[in-house]
Amino acid sequence: MSELCNQEKTVFSRPKTIKEDYDYTFCAGCGHGVVLRLVAECIDELNLQKDTIAVASVGCSICLEKYYDLDVVGSSHGRAPCVATGVKRAKPNKIVFTYQGDGDAATIGMNETIHTACRGENLTTICINNTNFGMTGGQASATSIIGQKTATTPLGRDPKLFGYPLKIAEMVAMCEGSCYVARCGVFNPKSIIQTKAAIKKAFENQIAKKGFSFVEVLCACPTGWKMSPVESMKFIENEITKTHKLGVFKDT
Amino acid sequence: MAEKVLMKGNIAIAKAAIDAGLDCYFAYPITPQNEIGEFMSKTMPELNKTYINAESELAAINMVIGACSTGKKAMTSSSSCAIALMQEAISAMATAEIPGVIISVMRSGPGLGHIIASQGDYFQATKGGGNGDYHTIVLAPSTIDEAVEFTHRVFYLSRKYKNPAMLLADGFLGQMMEPVELKKYDFGEVDSSDWELDGVGENENKRPPRKLVSLHMGGDDLIVLNNKLQKKYKEIEEKEVLYEEFMMNDAEIMITAFGTVARVAKSAILTLRQNGVKIGMIRPITLWPFPSEVVKKYSKQVKSILDVEMNEGQMALDVKASVETPVKIEILSKLGGDVIRARDIVNKVMEMNYVGIM
Repeated sequence: MSELCNQEKTVFSRPKTIKEDYDYTFCAGCGHGVVLRLVAECIDELNLQKDTIAVASVGCSICLEKYYDLDVVGSSHGRAPCVATGVKRAKPNKIVFTYQGDGDAATIGMNETIHTACRGENLTTICINNTNFGMTGGQASATSIIGQKTATTPLGRDPKLFGYPLKIAEMVAMCEGSCYVARCGVFNPKSIIQTKAAIKKAFENQIAKKGFSFVEVLCACPTGWKMSPVESMKFIENEITKTHKLGVFKDT
Repeated sequence: MAEKVLMKGNIAIAKAAIDAGLDCYFAYPITPQNEIGEFMSKTMPELNKTYINAESELAAINMVIGACSTGKKAMTSSSSCAIALMQEAISAMATAEIPGVIISVMRSGPGLGHIIASQGDYFQATKGGGNGDYHTIVLAPSTIDEAVEFTHRVFYLSRKYKNPAMLLADGFLGQMMEPVELKKYDFGEVDSSDWELDGVGENENKRPPRKLVSLHMGGDDLIVLNNKLQKKYKEIEEKEVLYEEFMMNDAEIMITAFGTVARVAKSAILTLRQNGVKIGMIRPITLWPFPSEVVKKYSKQVKSILDVEMNEGQMALDVKASVETPVKIEILSKLGGDVIRARDIVNKVMEMNYVGIM
């Protein structure tokens, strides 16, 4: 019995791409920490840390350099795909990814996201969609769903006043230069496993020089949504996925 | 001396950028600088280098940031109302200490204005439209030969100081043709191996991660950064000022002018000198850092200063700030693309009550 107890086997550890002294500043129940870890696990598993340059954006996705043991270049709001394009064109053999929110990639930076996809830039974009501007206090974003109460749609998103939700993954999938487009979520163990597989695929495509890969991840923003973490998970599963449907929209 | 060829300013600038080692060119079309992009779209792919017709000026300047963050040489070119769109990124570039070259060929403003030449973007270039306490290094050529030299120089300065650097040409210089010698200037290579992003490496070659970011939240990070930047700007002000001094030895009137207008001023000065007027010129070449010291020095010698610009007299603000003694400062200004001719300057000097000419 004592012999058995002495046999140590590591079943879970910090990915080496995540800094030893990392200190997440996310709210309880936020999806960012989960996705950041999934990205780091994929980078580790594909042995990409040595050659990866991460492109940070604006919003809760901003501080990549605090968490990742990777070279990081920042970008202005919405422009991460342009900065990433510059990095990748200058250093085609490096692995380059952007980590953006929906306010960044689908709202202020939709133009850049779409054009980068159309050019078929050999990049990977991870887009955290929590259907609001989390960092600034939960204001409506382009992806907020109909009826969603936010700091700037206090009575719920009314399409007559605020238009309809923008479905960024479907739009990116329409661009001929995109090779892989998926919408996943992190709201239960199964969805987390699926998200990791999609992220991994998005990096593998870049290694294979296949073009632009885009993974949108539905994440909870309990603070912005004014819900408990548990309610937030249910809100994604039962409400948001009705508008932002899960699935792989393109895999070429 | 190498052969002189008759060439348009925009083409000469594009060729000089390639001679300076340009790796990536990103831009969006706008008149009067389109020849640069058109030349690049053919030449860069032939050289196996990057050309992207960006979806906007916002995209173009941010692509420059990305490429330059890896230590490569990248640039964009644009004009006035479109340079306005790049200001956020230029401020971010200065803050993150990423080099980058911007060619600005001025058209007339404000607003969309007109495609004809002007000098209306002195403020935009030297005071910055971006936020916060930063500076862009700005060089203003007055001939196409100088445009070639300064294109080489802005690449060098931008990398030396890890700061955005701009070649500020007016639309005349972009569009006109004159004989030019495409000299290859060698200011020396700047080593970027200690800051460029190329991945952290692995095993024994693993190094600490690098970051080039413009957000500096937490503790006194932003205070420290600002102090560091200010120290750098002081150093640039001490070391990099360039100007041309023309017939100032015995001058009683000092003209201040930059760019193409300074060439016109030279013609006027020669005419006035033939008529006994003791007049000369200080032509700032670096608009930032501004040559304050030499303007201050001659302000003690002259009776008056005439600032001549194809704008409302934007540079006159820096001239006034450089002068300590009471001296009369007049402005000859033409706006909206209205061209300043040598006779306008001669007439203005006559109006300034210098009798005995003509």
